[in-house]
Amino acid sequence: MTVSTPPIIRKKKKIRFTPGLVLVYIFVGLFAALCLYPFLLVIAGSFTSKSEATLYGYSLIPRSLTTAAYDALFANSRTIISGYRITLIVTTAGTVLSLLVNSMMGFVTSRKDLKFRKLLNFYVLFTMLFNGGMVSWYIICGIMGVRNTIWALILPMLAGPWYIFLFRNFFFSVPDALYESAKIDGAGDIRIFFQIYIRLATPVIATVGLFTALGYWNDWWHGLMLIENSAMWPLQMLLRTVISNLQFLQTMESSVQVQKMLATIPSDSVRMAMVIVTTGPIMLMYPFVQRYFVKGIMVGAVKG
Amino acid sequence: MVEGLAKPALPKRRRAAHRLRRTLRGIISGWQLYLMALPAVILLFIFNYMPMYGTVLAFKKRFIPRDGIWGSPWATPLTRNFQILFKNSPAGINAIRNTLYLNTLFIVVGTVFAIALALAFNEIQHRRFKKLTQSLSFLPYFISTVVLAIFAAGLLGFENGAINGLLTGLGFERVAFFMRPELWPAILLITVIWKGAGYTSVVYLATIAGIDAELYEAAKIDGASRWGEIWYISLPMLKTTIIVLTLLQIGRIMNADFGLFYNVTQDIPTLYPTTDVLDTFIYRAMRKTGDVGISSATALFQSGVAFVLVLMSNFIARRIDENAALF
Repeated sequence: MTVSTPPIIRKKKKIRFTPGLVLVYIFVGLFAALCLYPFLLVIAGSFTSKSEATLYGYSLIPRSLTTAAYDALFANSRTIISGYRITLIVTTAGTVLSLLVNSMMGFVTSRKDLKFRKLLNFYVLFTMLFNGGMVSWYIICGIMGVRNTIWALILPMLAGPWYIFLFRNFFFSVPDALYESAKIDGAGDIRIFFQIYIRLATPVIATVGLFTALGYWNDWWHGLMLIENSAMWPLQMLLRTVISNLQFLQTMESSVQVQKMLATIPSDSVRMAMVIVTTGPIMLMYPFVQRYFVKGIMVGAVKG
Repeated sequence: MVEGLAKPALPKRRRAAHRLRRTLRGIISGWQLYLMALPAVILLFIFNYMPMYGTVLAFKKRFIPRDGIWGSPWATPLTRNFQILFKNSPAGINAIRNTLYLNTLFIVVGTVFAIALALAFNEIQHRRFKKLTQSLSFLPYFISTVVLAIFAAGLLGFENGAINGLLTGLGFERVAFFMRPELWPAILLITVIWKGAGYTSVVYLATIAGIDAELYEAAKIDGASRWGEIWYISLPMLKTTIIVLTLLQIGRIMNADFGLFYNVTQDIPTLYPTTDVLDTFIYRAMRKTGDVGISSATALFQSGVAFVLVLMSNFIARRIDENAALF
């Protein structure tokens, strides 16, 4: 995580805490704590009972713990399992296909000897400069027939100009001799790409792959815009619906028992429990993947 | 003349045919490359280029699926939708104003905060503390705006929000955050900083890390304090990064983060006066009112202004730093 600062030659002496430095430590510590706070609040909130929440509001340390919110959620587990299934399919397929499409395009646009390279480059670039806007995009998606299919959650985000440029810049740095010697050995472009270039690009693939996966996992927008059938909604879209309409859970699989259960717990607690259930996996992965993200930001920062 | 000397002059027709043959040969020999480009080309065509064509809807009375985009009836006069937007739509004007105002606020305060955070991180000597705080400040970047909305609800809720719990505990009145539009620019600003500052600070920190350590040594010898080092070395060295990142943000000043405005405000109409932005306005005009004409006119206005702004900011960024420009 830490961005390495240049090694400053220091004699081994204790750090002198000037008032200014103390302020810096407080500022940083406070901001970090505030970044963590809502996460802890939501974890605590998901275990808070209705009577307590109305009396004292949510706090980090609930006076009594109850798992009622989770019980209510798991009584509706079919909805959540279906959401998980959709999200997993979309994230996996989306990430793999996106990496494939973007890395191939990046490779092609990095070949200097290609006839229409400039045209292709401009073709990609122009999509970053001008877009048709939400309305015509929505209507085109309807005309193309992706609306209300699982493809609506995968295809629109597949080709990303930003990632194409990232791959292109990486492939630029690969020495041409590699390509030429493979060519002389009689390998075609497709073979050269899949046997040589894609292996060299592993670090870029890791970084781009993580960003793409996060994008797919967190996507609710395409579900909102293009999917009407709630059985095909990804997790984040289910979560979104529950924010404005908790009854949604009840109408999905109405049972007297569940309705009674929901009545005894604050609606916010159910929402919070749902956050834990839907975002938990990403948060658990965070410590292991964060360094790739930092690398990704740096690469992105170098180019714009 | 020189060309004529180098190779025998061919009659015009034959020369054209020759060139065509060479082009064809180039395409054929590179067929594997074109094949690899095909998926991206098709996807970009469908989801980026066709919607560009779809902007003609801004000049249509309405969209009739059976007649297609081109066949739908034209608005009379052609600019009718734009006239309605700018003359008879206070909500549209409000959305434009909010978009510009809030994005400006986010850019200015967000940038200052991210730089301050990066400089502060840079001062911290305890490796463990630095690592931990940086990891934590980066955490909010990972969550979706939907989760963000639930965080906001847990904090700002009237009945059982944590802030109101604290207020009543201290003997104050409860604040109905979701019914007080005047509070929302500040709330949204805090949300944006909370979510993005850790992320942006990494970019600035990377630039600081790249500054030659000798500069600091020299400053120290000259008797500069830590503040002096920040003021006279770190900040000036950050200047290019700051300008470029800001320019790129200005290029997108017409585009609001739909998720932020739609989810965190819970799309509550009471808050529209200060929180309704172009993207939410367009979405509502399209999905709730069902007015394809007005909504696509607004969208085209947004894209058009954005296009000009992106070109301009990129042009300026290019003059400042060749490598910083997008193109």
